[in-house]
Amino acid sequence: MTNLFATLGNYFQYPFVKNALIVGVLIALCSSLLGVTLVLKRLSFIGDGLSHVAFGAMSVASVVGLTQQMLLIMPVTVIAAVGLLMGGKNRKIKGDASLAMLSVGALGLGYLIVNKFSKSGNISGDVCTTLFGSTSILTLSKFDVWLCIVMSVIVIAVFVLLYNRIFAVTFDETFTTATGVKASAYNLIIAVVTAVIIVLAMKLVGSLLISALVIFPALSAMRVFKSFKSVVVCSAVVSVLCSVVGILASIVWSTPVGSTIVAIDIVVFLVFTFIGFLKGNNSLGIQTKNNSRERKTNQ
Amino acid sequence: MSQLICDDVSLGYEGRAVTEHLTFQVNAGDYLCVVGENGAGKSTLIRALLGLKAPMSGTITTGDGLKHNEIGYLPQQTVVQRDFPASVKEIVQSGCLNKVGMNPFYGREARVVAQRQIERMGISHLQNRCYRELSGGQQQRVLLARALCATGKMLLLDEPVAGLDPKVTREMYELIAKLNKEDGITVIMVSHDIAAAVKYATHILHISHVPLFFGTKEDYLKTEIGRAFTDAAGGDEE
Repeated sequence: MTNLFATLGNYFQYPFVKNALIVGVLIALCSSLLGVTLVLKRLSFIGDGLSHVAFGAMSVASVVGLTQQMLLIMPVTVIAAVGLLMGGKNRKIKGDASLAMLSVGALGLGYLIVNKFSKSGNISGDVCTTLFGSTSILTLSKFDVWLCIVMSVIVIAVFVLLYNRIFAVTFDETFTTATGVKASAYNLIIAVVTAVIIVLAMKLVGSLLISALVIFPALSAMRVFKSFKSVVVCSAVVSVLCSVVGILASIVWSTPVGSTIVAIDIVVFLVFTFIGFLKGNNSLGIQTKNNSRERKTNQ
Repeated sequence: MSQLICDDVSLGYEGRAVTEHLTFQVNAGDYLCVVGENGAGKSTLIRALLGLKAPMSGTITTGDGLKHNEIGYLPQQTVVQRDFPASVKEIVQSGCLNKVGMNPFYGREARVVAQRQIERMGISHLQNRCYRELSGGQQQRVLLARALCATGKMLLLDEPVAGLDPKVTREMYELIAKLNKEDGITVIMVSHDIAAAVKYATHILHISHVPLFFGTKEDYLKTEIGRAFTDAAGGDEE
């Protein structure tokens, strides 16, 4: 054990480990704050969809040879997020279908473009890195770190200032609009912030595993806690701890960062589910209550 | 001056009218029940009254000091709400949002208002409980308290007793009647339950694809359509 801490202490002398931890903590915090809202809005898969869009944009950016790829990736992802979240209920193709379409479409086209036009010698290696974020968090530039810090501060400030409104819009959009609060404006803000977080999070876990950062902490917290505030706080704490442990573990045992964090998230989720089960508010109980209510309505 | 005036309103989707030529007024203190079969445009009418959907033609205006965002709305439960982790207090407070303006947090005033509505609905003992663990009737009281935070003037209730058992249904109706009679809150209720509509309401609006009737309850019972419907409803129950 002391050996382990000695190794860690050794690693902390390298700036790239510090950078990775700063970025990891911030992204974990932001994504878990928004995750609660997204999961409750039944948009768990938006992380997946948007990150694939970001992957598509990244392919185009790298083929065109942009040096600051963010300049293309960020706007494209934001536009996709706004389209998905704002589209509303009157569309011909429903929410989950359009999300799935966009997700696989962008992934497929992105890979096609990289494969056909990329000048890099190691295409499958590049693609694998973007998808699973295997090492990119350990190779962050100073610009990346600062960009991440600034964006995270903005996201957290937005979330704290709009906390009550985000709650209202998530719980009951119709009521909120009817009482004269501009729910669509807050939906737009949520969409933009989601896109920003997802683009940032690609660095950390890669585009395939972003959903895990968004949904696991929120779901874990919901197993145990019963008020919105406690769920948000717990989800943030869980997410940050899992990411820190995940990053350290991946450095010590040289495992891929993203997958390690996800593995730890899953373990925590299982533990929380068990705690929730012991406390007697397991999801199974809620399920049966709903069923009986529906049966009553049908009669 | 009426609180709410619908003048020759037609509602529909994508150019196809669901219901046409609706004309009615709601005065302060009225208890209007909107009845009609499924698909007759009741939910569409609600969306229009709330200002969530523009009518295809005609106008909906508010008056008598009622502003458009002062209609307290009791929606039907959505799937999202059934497993939503939120305490009763958090939900009721969210009804105060239209009062706090640009302030990002609820002030003292909003919290006091929320607390008063919680007490008014008799759910003080539940205020720290989780919404999803409450019974159907308790959940409706929470949402009613939230609606009362948003307004003291008019309530718009969408099938408020759907899925409740007979005893709780009666309690719910009595509670709404009390708000209407004692506190003078105007009530507009959409319902399938003609028997209750006739019992509690002062006015009835019966809509189909065309409006079939609007007027007081007494007049409604004299019409052919009113009798046919109440007889049928009565027959179903026995």
